[in-house]
Amino acid sequence: MAFLKLTFSKNKRDKLAQVLWILNWVSVVTGILLFSMGLFLKVEINKRVELMAERDIQYVPNMLIAVGLIACAINFLGGKICYDCVDTTKFLRWKLILLPYIMCTFFFTFCVLVGALMCYSMHGELEESLNLGLTEAIRFYKDTDTPGRCFLKRTVDLLQIEFKCCGNNDYKDWFQIQWISNRYLDMSKKDVLDRLRSNVRGKYLMDGVPFSCCNINSPRPCIQQQISNNSAHFNYEHQTEELNLWMKGCRQALLEYYTHIVQSIGLTVLITWLFELSVLTGVRYLQTSLENGLRQGDLNSESDGWLLENGLMETARINLNIMKNIGKCNQIDTANNGDPNIDVPSSSIAH
Amino acid sequence: MVVMKMKFPFQKRVKLAQGLWLLSWCATVAGAITFTLGCILKTELRRRAEVMDNSDVHVVPNTLMIVGLASLGINIFASKICQDALDAERFPRWKNMLKPYFAVSCFFTILMLLAVIMSYAMKGSLESSLKVGLKNGIRFYKDTDTPGRCFQKQNIDRLQMEFQCCGNNDFRDWFEVQWISNRYLDFSSKEVKDRIKSNVDGRYLLDGVPFSCCNPSSPRPCIQYQLTNNSAHFNYEYQTEELNLYLRGCREALVSYFMGLMNTIGAGVLSVFLLQGSVLVSLRFLQTAMEAVAGNENTEIETEGYLLEKSVKDTVMEFIEPVMQFFLFKNQVGEGSSEAPADP
Repeated sequence: MAFLKLTFSKNKRDKLAQVLWILNWVSVVTGILLFSMGLFLKVEINKRVELMAERDIQYVPNMLIAVGLIACAINFLGGKICYDCVDTTKFLRWKLILLPYIMCTFFFTFCVLVGALMCYSMHGELEESLNLGLTEAIRFYKDTDTPGRCFLKRTVDLLQIEFKCCGNNDYKDWFQIQWISNRYLDMSKKDVLDRLRSNVRGKYLMDGVPFSCCNINSPRPCIQQQISNNSAHFNYEHQTEELNLWMKGCRQALLEYYTHIVQSIGLTVLITWLFELSVLTGVRYLQTSLENGLRQGDLNSESDGWLLENGLMETARINLNIMKNIGKCNQIDTANNGDPNIDVPSSSIAH
Repeated sequence: MVVMKMKFPFQKRVKLAQGLWLLSWCATVAGAITFTLGCILKTELRRRAEVMDNSDVHVVPNTLMIVGLASLGINIFASKICQDALDAERFPRWKNMLKPYFAVSCFFTILMLLAVIMSYAMKGSLESSLKVGLKNGIRFYKDTDTPGRCFQKQNIDRLQMEFQCCGNNDFRDWFEVQWISNRYLDFSSKEVKDRIKSNVDGRYLLDGVPFSCCNPSSPRPCIQYQLTNNSAHFNYEYQTEELNLYLRGCREALVSYFMGLMNTIGAGVLSVFLLQGSVLVSLRFLQTAMEAVAGNENTEIETEGYLLEKSVKDTVMEFIEPVMQFFLFKNQVGEGSSEAPADP
């Protein structure tokens, strides 16, 4: 009792082969699409690699790139096979390769599904990586004279301007670190020394933020210094002021940006997976109907095609038995017939 | 005296027709590209319309769009004509249309060349328009509560950050304008009152700039206020400080951006012009060669093709004469009617 049996006349088989040929080429295009999406994600992550701490997030774009390339190769081969399946003589060339090809493609579609699911699982790792990376970047903002960190100020400023965000969680992160280098502090002044002495670690902390936190949409010129001091500025209340600085934290802004990209990519990969699966089903039907035609001896007549020769449970049992017996090939099975070298007369006495 | 006479044996005529068909389809695509380039330029100019005083420079993208569309039509026609050219029965129906068609095509091709020349020549007009526009933008920076000007601050800030520039000519333009609104000035403070009294117009002027002038590449946190006062900041000399603010003026930045865009587009349109010109010349040769075949039973004879039947001057006179006659006729009637009442 075959699983999902369909009957195929010669015409129907030929049409199926032609349709599958076209669909395989469409799949090659989607493979290229997957590859380019993986490349795009890799470029986007590398653009901001200085703001991310060491974490395993490169595996997602790498996986997408690999899957895209393999999809191109597999579907290219599939297209060739389906094109040749219309012609009997050419089909015989591919006869032996067809079943292994289908099995490889089946396992490959699993990889595509895994790739899609990985896209959605990246969120947690990415958040942690951004959190640590941004904390470090804000801490080293002032070190424009330290080799290896001299462009961090520029990177953070451009990030805050581009993504309309301020600080890690919000603008108060800037109050907790010294972001003005000692090179630009007049150590002979009293108020500078007071500030340095006012905290345990001797850092110049102030309730001010860099200029890149300023909100363009504010109706008044930007207030960057003495932000929590209402009397320092005319007609200003820092508790209710919302338009002066960017209110969003950069971690949240970057996370939203990357999540949006990765979710769109994940959706496209899922659709590609479904498409690949349908193409694989078509190729399986084509293979079984051609093989049955061969078995009948006449490839021009009607033949049956199926997904599995026996039902689902049967096939599972057969495969399980095969796997069980793999380890037993060297053992002598003494239960039924015993050693084949010993002649055991059969129970029915033939004369 | 014929202009540019060439002999066309049958094979050469066939090759000319085939080559022309291909060329005219390429020219159609080129015409579509010209239209797209015109649209792109117009969009870019409109995006920055708030800092431009007049829209004189819009004549360049408008002309490009018109020429692009006309070129599409001209070249589709040309391909249809050369498809019918080698067929002796279908060619004569185009006979009447060809003269006005060539006149119109020549006009639009010359218009294309004019558009290219204008895209280089409009620099002065663009610069003066930006000068006035930016001056107004900086003057109305503080008026975020005046309807019609409330987005001026946003636009100028965004412009300065995007083009990495400050002020009209340079950052000192901000020293001459009150860019902090009176709503945010504490008039009870002595310092504010002193500043307002210190100049004739009673404006709050200071040697400071908005935050959008700050250069992110500077190694030190941005110094926006008291820019000319060296002692106000530690280890600071404004005469030698180059990285603190953007030193370029926004007018210069915008002019170089738009001129770069227009020059690139001009170069592309020039090549389209050459392509279009070659299509028209080939079509003219094909037309004159095929006209000589007309009437002959043997269509495979060798014929002569030419560009103009008479010399250039005569052809121009031929076109202008009907126009002149129209005006002269009017004059004659006018004289006649003005004489009539004079006669008793």
